[in-house]
Amino acid sequence: MYLLNRQQRHVVNYSWMLVSMLLVAFLPFLLFSVLYFKSFLLLRNFGLGDLIFSHSWHPSKGEFGFYPFIVGSIWVTLLAIMISAPICLLTAINVTQYAKKRFLRIMHPVIDILAGLPSVVYGVWGILVIVPFISRYLGPWMGVRTMGYSILAGAFVLSIMIIPFILNIMIEIFRTIPMELKEATLSLGSTKWQMVKHVLLRKALPGIIAALGFGLARAFGETMAVLMVVGNVVKVPTSVFDPGYTLPALIANNYGEVLSIPQFDSALMFAALLLLVVSLFFNLLMHFFIARYNKF
Amino acid sequence: MKRRLKIEETVFRVLMILSTAFILLILGVIIYSVFEKGIRAVSWEVLTTVPSGGYYYGKGGGILNAITGSMVLALGATFMAFLIGLPVALYINVFLHGKTKLVNLIRFILDLIWGIPSIVYGAFGFTLMVLIGFQTSLLAGMITVTLFILPIMIRSMDEILRTFPAGLMEAAYSLGSNKSELAFKIFTRQSVSGIITAVLLSFGRAIGDAASVLFTAGYTDNLPNSLMEPVATLPLSIFFQLSSPVPEVQARAYASALVLTVIILIVSVFSRGIGSRYHKTKINF
Amino acid sequence: METAIKINNLDVFAGKSQILKNINCEIGKNRITVILGPSGCGKTTLLKCMNRLTDLYPELKVSGEILINGKNILNPDADIYRLRQSMGLLSQRPYPLPMTIFNNITYALKLRGIHNRRIMYKLVVDYLKQANLYDEVRDRLKEPASRLSIGQQQRLCLARGLAVNPDIILADEPTSALDPISSRIIDEKFQELKQDYTIVVVTHVLRQARRIADHVIFMYMGEVIEQGPAAEFFENPKQEKTKLYLEGMFN
Repeated sequence: MYLLNRQQRHVVNYSWMLVSMLLVAFLPFLLFSVLYFKSFLLLRNFGLGDLIFSHSWHPSKGEFGFYPFIVGSIWVTLLAIMISAPICLLTAINVTQYAKKRFLRIMHPVIDILAGLPSVVYGVWGILVIVPFISRYLGPWMGVRTMGYSILAGAFVLSIMIIPFILNIMIEIFRTIPMELKEATLSLGSTKWQMVKHVLLRKALPGIIAALGFGLARAFGETMAVLMVVGNVVKVPTSVFDPGYTLPALIANNYGEVLSIPQFDSALMFAALLLLVVSLFFNLLMHFFIARYNKF
Repeated sequence: MKRRLKIEETVFRVLMILSTAFILLILGVIIYSVFEKGIRAVSWEVLTTVPSGGYYYGKGGGILNAITGSMVLALGATFMAFLIGLPVALYINVFLHGKTKLVNLIRFILDLIWGIPSIVYGAFGFTLMVLIGFQTSLLAGMITVTLFILPIMIRSMDEILRTFPAGLMEAAYSLGSNKSELAFKIFTRQSVSGIITAVLLSFGRAIGDAASVLFTAGYTDNLPNSLMEPVATLPLSIFFQLSSPVPEVQARAYASALVLTVIILIVSVFSRGIGSRYHKTKINF
Repeated sequence: METAIKINNLDVFAGKSQILKNINCEIGKNRITVILGPSGCGKTTLLKCMNRLTDLYPELKVSGEILINGKNILNPDADIYRLRQSMGLLSQRPYPLPMTIFNNITYALKLRGIHNRRIMYKLVVDYLKQANLYDEVRDRLKEPASRLSIGQQQRLCLARGLAVNPDIILADEPTSALDPISSRIIDEKFQELKQDYTIVVVTHVLRQARRIADHVIFMYMGEVIEQGPAAEFFENPKQEKTKLYLEGMFN
């Protein structure tokens, strides 16, 4: 580099930057086009509606109904959000409003580690702890016979995985509520709890919804942990104790057979395409949601 | 009325404390279960040998193939993502400084790709592989993981570069620096700790992800010795071995889980602590 | 008196509001010209126009002429990097580069094309001496610049600014963040430096202006109200606003 003069170095740096920029900027389009190109075969033979709403999944017979997987994914994701949302909300309020400042410093590494743990490790834990818990205790307590590998197991593991993610966003949001607003409310004579309930939460509501939205997007695409505990049975689940099958699990479990069954590779790419579209859609949605509500 | 409010507050306070405790507890439970099962399975042999002949029937051998495979793949991917990510982050913050509309557009695209699940990258990588005619290989795995961690790398770097003080920019320009010099000589030095954190964070994600390597890196019992051959990774080593009926093999899955978790813990600790070490040349404004 | 910078009909807009209104003035060579005025009158913006730092802020629209050596620097094809190297900037608060003390200066030297180690070392010592900093840092040149006190950092920035070998030194309230002793060192420095350099200092402190100015440009609300040799300006102000300002009527 020192053999080049300033101007030449600038040109080298600049070109390197530009090439990288272009790669990154075109990445989403590239992803979409390649996956779409691969799914095209399937889409051409069946309609989009058929693929999404048909219940029958028999690839060797040429039947590709994604409904059980889509429903499985939705159940697991929604349930996971329902479990983690209140926990995150309560913890976020506690840590930012009530607990000592020092405590927040402990929470940060905890959140970081939870966020950094790989999906497979969560899966291992799920198999070791959650699945037996459901089959031996929770199931019988609810009067249900279950193997443990179920939608509930998947939802539970998933909820823990998205907690650090949602919690981080919520903590950030609560911390940016201006002190003056809180002080003004308190000086009117309201208690801390009233301030939290009526002012903090109201002000932070768009942010809370955004946090949950992002969590939802993240949960929908999560593969390994869910795959390891959800049972992987192709069936539309009728109860949370039923085993299920999610879209990511479908792709992960079957890629090996991709070349032996006709149209199968197209089918799996279509599943990937669905995941891509859902995640992009959610990200877009949350982005615009935040943008709209920031204009106050 | 006041009493009802008091009761309500107390109830929620209790719930809050329970929630917070729950999160801390869960982390403890997870780490404990992984360690408990893993410690029993870990031994010098397991850590330093590759699977031998009867490995999958319970005979000797270990997970060295996965440990080295993962390290090589993750390091390679992190390095490539760094080579692409740093220029992009610098470009946004230095060259596009002031052009808010364009910058917002690019940050918007970055936000979009940040949330894409790793399995989508895996499927994409697999398709490309088939298209080009690659077999499952270290290289294919590296490229796929690079794409996966690229948004994470760029976003973390962007966060830190955004805090660069305008006055320092003016000072550098007043000396006659051009934009490249400002970016590569000054921005980087001022933000060293943030950049290192971004790299460590990305490395952690790279080494732990299974879905992106599942179709692209393959699996093997050998140590990594060529870019074009399949390579074993820790996440897949866990995944494949866990479903084995042989208890010795299952145990090694736990050993892999332990090794992986320890690596992640070390990376997390470092990424928090590294900031203070490299602060010496950074100016605090 | 030769002219270093001539400013003709300079207007600066930020969106709809006009920050500088039809500025016409001259900066003379080898003198200290002080741009004086209350906060918000546009003097910093005027200074920043002179080395086109205004380029960093796309919301600012600059029109008019600024002639240096006969060439209009506001011209889009002007060699902006060379222009900036012909001027040194000292900001309100010091901005040392995130490097060692030694490298802060060599950074500027490298921009000039000097790479020979021995020459660089000699020049570093030279410039540090010129800024009255050498004695204090001679044993710790390889330490990070962040360890210096604010007063020392400002002198380091001065040394660095001199190291690009400018003709003109621009200073934006250079002592406002410093203690009285460091301030005085800087003021005295300027007196010495004007033999070899043209110096433009922006300040809102009357006392400082009286102490160091050879020539004064007084601004208020984006306009030049009065300008002239310092002695005349302070003894015999001609404009009403100038008189009020000198009497301390507005901050």
